[in-house]
Amino acid sequence: MKLTRKDFLRLSGLGLLAVAGKKAVRAITEAAPSATAPKKTKQWGMVIDLAKCRQEAGCTDCIKACNTAHNIPQIQDPAREIKWIWNQPFETVFPLLKTDFTKQAYTGHPITVLCNHCANPPCVRVCPTQATWKREDDGIVMMDWHRCIGCRYCMAACPYGSRSFNWQDPRPAIASFNPDFPTRTKGVVEKCNFCEERLARGKRPACVEACPEKTMIFGDLLDPDSEPRQLLRTRFALQREPELGTSPSVYYLV
Amino acid sequence: MRDRPVIFAGLLIFVGLFTFPLWYGHAGKTSPAGPDIKLPAQDKAKQCVAPLDYMRNSHMQLLVNWREEVVRQDQRQFTAYTGKVYDKSLTRTCLTQCHTNKAEFCDRCHRYAGVSGPYCWDCHIDTKLTASSLTSRSTP
Repeated sequence: MKLTRKDFLRLSGLGLLAVAGKKAVRAITEAAPSATAPKKTKQWGMVIDLAKCRQEAGCTDCIKACNTAHNIPQIQDPAREIKWIWNQPFETVFPLLKTDFTKQAYTGHPITVLCNHCANPPCVRVCPTQATWKREDDGIVMMDWHRCIGCRYCMAACPYGSRSFNWQDPRPAIASFNPDFPTRTKGVVEKCNFCEERLARGKRPACVEACPEKTMIFGDLLDPDSEPRQLLRTRFALQREPELGTSPSVYYLV
Repeated sequence: MRDRPVIFAGLLIFVGLFTFPLWYGHAGKTSPAGPDIKLPAQDKAKQCVAPLDYMRNSHMQLLVNWREEVVRQDQRQFTAYTGKVYDKSLTRTCLTQCHTNKAEFCDRCHRYAGVSGPYCWDCHIDTKLTASSLTSRSTP
């Protein structure tokens, strides 16, 4: 049989169409189940009672507990410091609530801040290596320091400044080492992990346990009977910059 | 035949250079027999998380798997081939329970095998080391 050029082109065109069609059908049928894949069962969250915290002015027990538990270096230079949980002036935490008439009430009462473990975390979206990701089952925004390449996109994306970069070897700035937790190395980003290593052992986060006033209340935000949810039902609470659409999991009772 | 001294001197230098690795090994107290490592006590050696041959060849793969499973999948327990369950932890399981002397076990063998230092210890802590030596990062 002799094949003309026209027939040859026709046949190869049809063949290509058939292959593309098969791939398209497979892509559609396989994408469907993954959309309904693992359902989130938990969202760890925290409620911080600012009124109680204010009573213990100058207390830094939560910060110290975190620093010891996670081998956080104490670097004085603000351009290089590493922070997981720290105090910050009210007007920088809630910039839209800054007014001249309310100023007196909040000046001198810094707010304790940490990673918000957002429901919609911008840091996760920008990470090129998936070194940071939102854990499906409990909503913790995790970090894999083995995988972090130190590009700092996540730091640019986080509107809360919750992430720090190791500009230098952190070990010389660590006073005492906790062998149960690794240190980090120069060139990686780090942040609060909601003490996921303690949660795995059934303990609460170190800051929550250290607070003498029980100012920080930790629990599952998806469980309507959890402690934070009970508080959020009865007291007036704020999130940090909710207008950004990140949906933080840390709430502040005012 | 006037070149005889030059030829023999050249030959001698060649033989010397050719056998250099042997001399060097001898001076550096490494022997072709194997690295001079300090093994854990006999009763513990039998309880390693995997058979000896596997550990000797593939411990790095096991550790990478542990790392992925703990960090990314939140699976922290490892059932050994003996049935015993271990925590997947470099510092708290490997170093604390059996290989208490990293310098005489891990480091010696890595040095012998010419493995350019695995960077595990840049972050994971060797409990034997004091704060000052951790700070100076003297581990190979």
